[in-house]
Amino acid sequence: MATVAVPVERKNYLNAEYGIRSWLFTTDHKRIALLYLVSITAMFFVGGFFALLIRLELLTPAGDLLLADTYNKMFSMHGQVMVFFFLIPSIPAVLGNFLIPMMIGAKDLAFPRINLLSWYIYIAGAGLYLWCIFSGGVDTGWTFYVPFSSLFSNTHVIEAGLAIFIAGFSSILTGLNFVVTVHRMRAPGMTWGRLPLFVWSHYATSIIMLLGTPVIAITLVLVVLERTLNLGIFDPSRGGDPVLFQHLFWFYSHPAVYIMILPSMAVVSEIIPCFSRKRVFGYTFVAMSSIGIAVIGFLVWAHHMFVAGISLYSALVFSFLTFLVAVPSAIKVFNWTATMYKGSLSFSTPMLYAIGFIGLFTIGGLTGVFLATLGVDVHVHDTYFVIAHFHYVMVGGAVLGFLGGMHFWWPKITGRLYPEGWGRLAAVIVFIGFNLTFFPQFILGYLGMPRRYWDYSHMPEWQGLNVLSTAGASILAVGYLLPMVYMLWSLRYGKIAGDNPWQATGLEWKTPSPPPTFNFDETPIVTEEAYEYEKMPLPEEVSLER
Amino acid sequence: METPLAVEHEARPELRHHFADEEQQRNAASLGMWWFLGTEIMFFGGMFCGYLVYRRMYFAEFAAASRTLDLKIGAFNTVVLLCSSLTVAMAVRSAQLGKRKMQVRMLLLTLVFGLSFIGIKGFEWHKKYVEHHIPTFNHYNVISGDGALTKEPGNAALLGLNDERMKDPVKLQQRQDEIQRRTKIFYSLYFALTGMHAIHMIVGVGIFIVITWMAHKGRFTPEYHTPLEIAGLYWHFVDIVWIYLFPLLYLIDRRGA
Repeated sequence: MATVAVPVERKNYLNAEYGIRSWLFTTDHKRIALLYLVSITAMFFVGGFFALLIRLELLTPAGDLLLADTYNKMFSMHGQVMVFFFLIPSIPAVLGNFLIPMMIGAKDLAFPRINLLSWYIYIAGAGLYLWCIFSGGVDTGWTFYVPFSSLFSNTHVIEAGLAIFIAGFSSILTGLNFVVTVHRMRAPGMTWGRLPLFVWSHYATSIIMLLGTPVIAITLVLVVLERTLNLGIFDPSRGGDPVLFQHLFWFYSHPAVYIMILPSMAVVSEIIPCFSRKRVFGYTFVAMSSIGIAVIGFLVWAHHMFVAGISLYSALVFSFLTFLVAVPSAIKVFNWTATMYKGSLSFSTPMLYAIGFIGLFTIGGLTGVFLATLGVDVHVHDTYFVIAHFHYVMVGGAVLGFLGGMHFWWPKITGRLYPEGWGRLAAVIVFIGFNLTFFPQFILGYLGMPRRYWDYSHMPEWQGLNVLSTAGASILAVGYLLPMVYMLWSLRYGKIAGDNPWQATGLEWKTPSPPPTFNFDETPIVTEEAYEYEKMPLPEEVSLER
Repeated sequence: METPLAVEHEARPELRHHFADEEQQRNAASLGMWWFLGTEIMFFGGMFCGYLVYRRMYFAEFAAASRTLDLKIGAFNTVVLLCSSLTVAMAVRSAQLGKRKMQVRMLLLTLVFGLSFIGIKGFEWHKKYVEHHIPTFNHYNVISGDGALTKEPGNAALLGLNDERMKDPVKLQQRQDEIQRRTKIFYSLYFALTGMHAIHMIVGVGIFIVITWMAHKGRFTPEYHTPLEIAGLYWHFVDIVWIYLFPLLYLIDRRGA
């Protein structure tokens, strides 16, 4: 009240209150999204640092930069930080948190305080994990496989396991909030058939979070109990079954791949119609394929264990089911492509990321089908082929989706535009750097280079491809740093965005940028389906370009 | 800035700002609890899955070890827990009817039943400790001493210890080592499952202390008693978990015992 208010400046969620307390005790979903954004970005750079060391070590065939044990810790912690503390919360906790209530016309998520709690739980888990890193780290691989993790590893397995256990509850609570919000908080007229595809995808993601995460939680508890109390549930020398651990672990960790990729698909489903100026092709199919991925995704976990001694018949069934899960993913890819067909395309930064996503995700997905084929899997199991495959899905898919989404909604989140030229440049750098890093790894894997090796001096002919990969990783690093720099720059110097710079459909664009604390001044009433681009004018900049 | 909505909300203290009306708020809370219970099923599901695998692999050892659990105490505890669920249901009903005293009385009874369950469980665990049945300790022993499995009638035959080939001391020793190892898995699962259940009971008692206090303060009316209702859902769920645990752990094979 005492502040000298500039009369024209609107109250929004950013300037409604000031001070550190107004952030740490906020229950506003938009502010919590920003808290998440800062924390996951920090974790991303921690994980990226480990990746850097891995790539530097592999630059030369000899194991010369790191000790063998240190190298084991590097790839273990790279995986755990990136999967559990960056990829899983990335799009849902940041963009999902920010956008879902606005997209369905609600003032907030159903449980705002639980939303804040989930961030604190995430911070507790991430803090414990950082403590684990600084006290010496963990070397079990990101998968915690027993009996190595329970009987032999002398590193901080308990701390790492508990950190991930704790972080799991943050993702359960986020998922719970999303599901209840989508069911109960929709604005009048926002029927299920009118929901943006972003919301559908997040709904499917939330179901996986809710039903999968508790299983890895209890599995990690059992590993911790095994280590502390010397139980022997997974110890083959005492009658336990280590393959049971793998079943329980992958029951979550395979669907977790869909927790990472579905939200990216959510982002792409919004970007493509907007920059094609067309209604999305086959709305119902795209929506239902998200649910299909969530359901079938729960039935494919044992394809990680084809060489672990499971029976041939179950391997055949899981191989078949894995082929099946490629179908809904393919439906999405075809529908996005069909949306672009005869659209009036403009290659703005988000669109570049979205198109990059389609290409890279297709390669990642199809190589997944190779791996689901029993004979091929035996050949390339635990080689760099697998590494390349899942980095195409998780970096080429999930991270590109995240970057695309951040650019697309940046004007809504901050009220300012990022510099478009720099944006496009960074998108191209990311695309080139990514392919240069990971494509050589497909070949390396096919040639037989095993994953997790620190020294390949017995096969010096692998060096060329490894040098390419390391070079690509440094280009990729530039591509990641650039957006951070120019987006921070744009907070102060960026052009004022206006409510709807892309002329996009969707309720989130019908409210000011940045939005007011309760999102809408009055509850919106929805009268039309999503993606009515025929009725929207062209965005200003696009019309200028023509 | 006072919006008309905020003024309207002022007259309804229990309605939180982001809901349109009380019904939406109640539905959201209840759906949230149901989904949370879904995650709880998956949480226990991982352990149940491990239990099923090992029970199938080591049936004789599981059955023999299961007979050492005290059936009478287990059954009594089941009744105690069922009674607590009844009192929770009656507390919800009295809230619906607006009977505050009855409500508080039923909630206090729930607390008594809940705490008794935890106490009796603790007593049972202590018995397992005395019998050397806790798998983490070095004195774990199911072959001889107080906790010998063969003290239960029928167990020696079930475990194949009466077989002709067991007259060979080497074979007997091998079989006994095997029984030691396999029953350890049963007890590991027993403690993990009942321990996790007890943690849920303790959390439940904590929640119901708050709920009882709220009821005592007259916070619940026939129109608004959502916290009581969803806390009740949680309590019933924890009860149901026990309804599964009891036969799976205590009643594997009681024939001839």
